[in-house]
Amino acid sequence: MTTTSGQPGTVDLREGGGWRRTKNQIATFVMWTAFIATLVPLILVLYTVISKGVTAISWQFLTSNTIPPNVSPLGFGGMGPAIVGTLIITGFAAVIAIPLGVLGAVYINEYGGKGWLANFISFMADVMTGVPSIVMGLFIYTIWVLHFGYSGLAGSFALACLMLPIVIRSTYEMLRLVPNHLREASYALGATKARVTLTVVLPAAVGGIVSGALLAVARAAGETAPLLFTILTVEATNTNLFSGANTALSTQIFTNAQSPFVGGEARAWGSALTLIVIAFILMIAARIVTARFTRYTR
Amino acid sequence: MEQPEQQEVVEQTISANMPKLETHVQAPATDTPRATIFDVQNVSIYYGAFKAVTDVSLPIYENEVTAFIGSSGSGKSTVLRAFNRMNDLVPGARVEGQMTYRGADLYAKEVSPTAVRRRIGMVFQKPNPFPKSIYDNVAYGPRINGERNKAKLDEIVERSLRGAVLWDEVKNRLKQSGLALSGGQAQRLCIARTIAVEPDVVLMDEPASALDPIATLAIEDLIRELKKNYTIVIVTHNMQQATRVSDRTAFYSVLTDSKNDTRTGVLVEHGPTQQIFEDPHDSRTQAYVTGRMG
Repeated sequence: MTTTSGQPGTVDLREGGGWRRTKNQIATFVMWTAFIATLVPLILVLYTVISKGVTAISWQFLTSNTIPPNVSPLGFGGMGPAIVGTLIITGFAAVIAIPLGVLGAVYINEYGGKGWLANFISFMADVMTGVPSIVMGLFIYTIWVLHFGYSGLAGSFALACLMLPIVIRSTYEMLRLVPNHLREASYALGATKARVTLTVVLPAAVGGIVSGALLAVARAAGETAPLLFTILTVEATNTNLFSGANTALSTQIFTNAQSPFVGGEARAWGSALTLIVIAFILMIAARIVTARFTRYTR
Repeated sequence: MEQPEQQEVVEQTISANMPKLETHVQAPATDTPRATIFDVQNVSIYYGAFKAVTDVSLPIYENEVTAFIGSSGSGKSTVLRAFNRMNDLVPGARVEGQMTYRGADLYAKEVSPTAVRRRIGMVFQKPNPFPKSIYDNVAYGPRINGERNKAKLDEIVERSLRGAVLWDEVKNRLKQSGLALSGGQAQRLCIARTIAVEPDVVLMDEPASALDPIATLAIEDLIRELKKNYTIVIVTHNMQQATRVSDRTAFYSVLTDSKNDTRTGVLVEHGPTQQIFEDPHDSRTQAYVTGRMG
């Protein structure tokens, strides 16, 4: 015990020296190093894509039809069809995967309890997260494309397979964070389980659910492998999701980046930048939408 | 303050098998029993293999405040949560014995827990407003019961907030988040939310234990006001609170079985609050209420 009656000036309130202080300095240093190490690749990727891609971007590039990767310099051909393809294919994949994934997570967390089915779905979702995306492409190729041909829809299926486990996992984590006392409050007013889930649990978790879902969308929008076997990259716009081969930004990057020609390479960088900007716009839109839903949470 | 129409509440029946209640005479607040709301006979409650409370028998009377006191682990909250079947939400929870509400068996097979909870509301230890606006918090119960009329909802919200003595503090910010309120206000919001569905009984699980002394007094005033319209059962760790608000007190204690290393709650004695505190029949009650523990 320190003396409390003490004379003025007898209490030493300065930071103590020694090992304790050193440990604190080491920890601070490690945190900063980790932070900077994370930031470096992130900024380098953005810098490279922007600096190499920005020269390719023009209205003509964003709207005109694709040309095969060849000697034509920038100013010829564009990514219009690929932008349309990416938007509709990823969009429809989201329409399939997000409701299914959210409902799956609701089942696991709210209904399944510790039952075997909930455990099984949860386990399979984890396994699916680890399946390489090309396997999803081959899977859809085998069960769909071989019977019905290449189409944007097949691409959507492959991307949906990819998104589903991400949506399930992120939604599940968000539902787990909803405090139980909110559920109890609702039950105590005579709400049924469905009512509790719809009016209390999902609204309380909606911010995190939307973030998770968008992460999945952004991830899917950038995927190449599942699309290679399902949409068969073409050069003209195909707005019909359900029939005919289609095209997407990611596969265009793949095709153009492989070409030995300067023009093709430049168009690949331009497509990469376009893809990043699309993901960026999606994220901002999501923030605005969720801000409206979550205005009461603080 | 506008009073909810008690007669109407009383005459609603939660399901067809519940008997219609005969009108009763308002008895003076003495030992003379009023209408029995709950009748508990030899109730034991288990969580899985663990016996949380054993062999409880007591009545709860209409328009009275009944306080459950006793040390932690004595089963008072467990019994409270059995009254509106909140224990159903705990996997493995099981009730043995007879527990009736206005003569109807609460644990009969055909009884719906949601129908029970619409008549028997609950206020929790930690204020738990929904992350919604103040208005939507209070309107939540009426809405899930099918009330869609905006004018009617406005009226219910105002009446409930007035009933919980919160209206004047929040009437200009009904659209603000319920989470922005102070602890005491949030708890009164939860009480408003509970009485918005015009329950018959309000169960309170240590409603003031997370609040400061001033907010606690506000809640206690409110409880005395509420008992005109509702039957109240309150769990409290605060014995002064029990003497201040309750008409009857039930004292719970813990039975320790050192051989099997189990602890089971047991109801030691119950009666008018004054008798429990001034003339307890059981030495364990005496030790507890005089602060010598038991």
